[in-house]
Amino acid sequence: MSTTAVPEVAVTAVDEGFWTRARKAGAVLLALGVLATVLFGAFATDQQARFTLSETEGGAALEINGTVGAILFGVIAAAAGAALLAGVPKRWFTLLLGAGLVAFVLSFLCWQVSAAPEGRNFMPLVNVLRGTFILALPLTFGALAGVLCERSGVVNVAIEGQMLMGAFSGALFGSISGSVWVGLVAAAIGGAFISLLLAVFAIRYLVDQVVMGIVLNLLAVGVTGFLYERLMATDAEKYNSAPRFGNWEIPLLSDIPLLGPALFRGNIFLYLGLLLVLVIHLALFRTRWGLRTRSVGEHPTAADTVGVRVLGLRYRNVIMAGLVAGIGGASYTLALYSFTKNMIGGKGFIALAALIFGRWSPTGALLAALFFGFADQLATYLGAIGSSIPDQFLAMLPYLATILAVAGLVGKVRAPAADGKPYVKG
Amino acid sequence: MTNPNPASGSPDKEPATDALQARGEARATPTAPAGDAERPVAATAMKLPPAEQPRPSLGKLFLDNLWAANTVTVTVLAVVLAMLVGAVLIIVSDPEVLATYSYITARPTDALNASWTVVSEAYANLFKGAVFDPDAVGFTAAMGPISETLTYTAPLVFTGLSVALAFRGGLFNIGAQGQATIGVILAAVAGFALPLPPGVHLLVALLAGALGGALWGFIPGILKARTGAHEVINTIMLNYVAVYFLTWIIVQSGVQDPTRSDAISKPVDASAQLPRLLGDNLRVHAGILLAVLATWFVAWLLNRSTLGFELRAVGANPDAARTAGISVTKTYVLVMVIAGLLAGLGGSNMVLGSTADALTPLVIAQIGFDGILVALLGRVKPWGVLLAALLFGALQAGGNRMQSYSGISLELVTVLQALIVIFIAAPALVKAIFQLRAARAARLQTSLAKGW
Repeated sequence: MSTTAVPEVAVTAVDEGFWTRARKAGAVLLALGVLATVLFGAFATDQQARFTLSETEGGAALEINGTVGAILFGVIAAAAGAALLAGVPKRWFTLLLGAGLVAFVLSFLCWQVSAAPEGRNFMPLVNVLRGTFILALPLTFGALAGVLCERSGVVNVAIEGQMLMGAFSGALFGSISGSVWVGLVAAAIGGAFISLLLAVFAIRYLVDQVVMGIVLNLLAVGVTGFLYERLMATDAEKYNSAPRFGNWEIPLLSDIPLLGPALFRGNIFLYLGLLLVLVIHLALFRTRWGLRTRSVGEHPTAADTVGVRVLGLRYRNVIMAGLVAGIGGASYTLALYSFTKNMIGGKGFIALAALIFGRWSPTGALLAALFFGFADQLATYLGAIGSSIPDQFLAMLPYLATILAVAGLVGKVRAPAADGKPYVKG
Repeated sequence: MTNPNPASGSPDKEPATDALQARGEARATPTAPAGDAERPVAATAMKLPPAEQPRPSLGKLFLDNLWAANTVTVTVLAVVLAMLVGAVLIIVSDPEVLATYSYITARPTDALNASWTVVSEAYANLFKGAVFDPDAVGFTAAMGPISETLTYTAPLVFTGLSVALAFRGGLFNIGAQGQATIGVILAAVAGFALPLPPGVHLLVALLAGALGGALWGFIPGILKARTGAHEVINTIMLNYVAVYFLTWIIVQSGVQDPTRSDAISKPVDASAQLPRLLGDNLRVHAGILLAVLATWFVAWLLNRSTLGFELRAVGANPDAARTAGISVTKTYVLVMVIAGLLAGLGGSNMVLGSTADALTPLVIAQIGFDGILVALLGRVKPWGVLLAALLFGALQAGGNRMQSYSGISLELVTVLQALIVIFIAAPALVKAIFQLRAARAARLQTSLAKGW
């Protein structure tokens, strides 16, 4: 991003004159809103679009006529865009942009749900919300691993490999010992093993960190795939039947409509993930460790001058990142599925995208992960109601969004200044 | 054991010597090469014997150099180390062999014998499947392994060159996978949709593949040049976009094979297929010739053309290049377009050659990611890439035989490949393990450390 940007370009990246960032975003939003009003409005049918507050068709529901809804929300999106284009105080920017995008999505949903065949023209919001969180969870862990690494100046492209190794060793040792807790610890250690390799080669041997990350991903795919074939495929009973964490219901909170079933009836990984976001956020911005981490990531020489042990801190953070990513991998094998070859299947790279999209902050990463999880869940849902939109295009959404974000079209993202640069004392 | 080249912030040096020169005796004479004066860090690490001492014999010099950390020695040792780790993996994952270790103190020979048998058989099959099987009878059987190796090599050369070329221009092209994917789509569609005479049809299909790859390379190139968006992130993202596009287009009517219900496209016409070189029974096809041609072209481009000079200048130091009047933005875009073009050709190989004749979701396998390893192993030099691709192709071909004959799954090959590159990427580690002399280690630095 901007660190390696070509200076002759960096000038153009500064918003100047009439076309500020807000105005550009407003223009795009206005176009989207008009598109939604016209297209979605035309395609939507007169059926009711039902958004039920339960997991099934029944129960309380928000209902709206398909055509009316599509046009109404389209107009709202367009209005938000027009307001941004006209120029509003800066503090309204995020609010208007968010509202406009949500309205655009709602318009789209009104069309899709109302156009679905009879009997399937409802959207169970609880399911969608819970699915979003479940799908966002591994991304959150992965992105947090990225935050820990990259904030201290080590690029972590090996998230995929760390998660895969975590998933594998969680399944293996969980099965052998028969205990979920042993599995969880083993998963964390498995992830940390890959990140230890990353740390040693990146910090000690100064190997290019992106190169190392890519190679480590392949190594993890190879090692887990090989051992899967040799152990798990031959004796699944013994090596690949890890016990699983059940769902824990939190009393009172789980009775909140909509949010309760989605957020407070999850497994340990859901609570752990949300807790980690909070803890890492506070630690990063409120503690001495956080200040040191950030300073090492931005200007290691300066940090060294005032007595921070740059390399030691980097080692520690990279290994912690591996622990977190390993737990993220275990959220598959110790809660949902048994281990299969290459089961992370690119989620580590979406986590990387979430990290970048969330601008290298824990909360931003969570929001980005939720957005990507929602896109994923939406693709599943639209497939289920027989939508005319190919689910492959929805699946592309996170990646395209990241490209747009990195290109500076959705605001500026900036990596820690020393991210990826090995530090050599003296 | 300190790293001889800590200031590895700059991209690779001009490759002054190739691997063979590096170990030649003439070079070993202690006449303090002028080039080293510019690299004081490397010079101190070299510890050349003082010139006043009597000249050691040629043989001794040769041995000294053989055991120095030069390119060839480190590569060979990296392969050896990787195979050792692979052997450990084979042993620990074999319950029967592992059982003999439970009484190793009582009868150590049992454990050693069992380990040796399982490992040596696996690696013997690896060799037989890749190079030559002494039991083979007849031309087809004898040439079979080589034919397989060359078949796997061809696409890897293209993707390896793609990554290497971008490296030299200071860009990390992780997108060879995506570029090859778009390339294979366009090549296949041109292969079955256009009614053209033989020869022309093949040419058009190859061109379509190259164009597809070039387009997919152009996007991160222009984004990098215009907005400074990092090509690593964008190429990773475009890889996935390409994969989803592939899975989508396969099942569209007009593309999907009408006789099949699963995700597979119509087969490519015979007129658009690369001709086989050694008869119909052997899979090796003209793609390997194209690969050699491409290697020659990239070598020429890098070392003999104006664009190549500008590309290397930008790769070494964009600011200096701009000051010298080179358009950095134009170079970035061109580098990525050519890199994409090469990767696209590699993808075309997968469907126009003998590997497959129709699109499937896994049609290009891992050639893009393997290309990254090949480029690193080849020290980002065109002819080095060719040799590295040959090694990787051989591992693939041998791995197939190892899987079917010894029951060692193909993933071991992935492990070996990754490990080889890890050891290559950290020559200091190999040096430390084998206590190599430090000579010329500075040239081994293949990586180009660079932030986001």
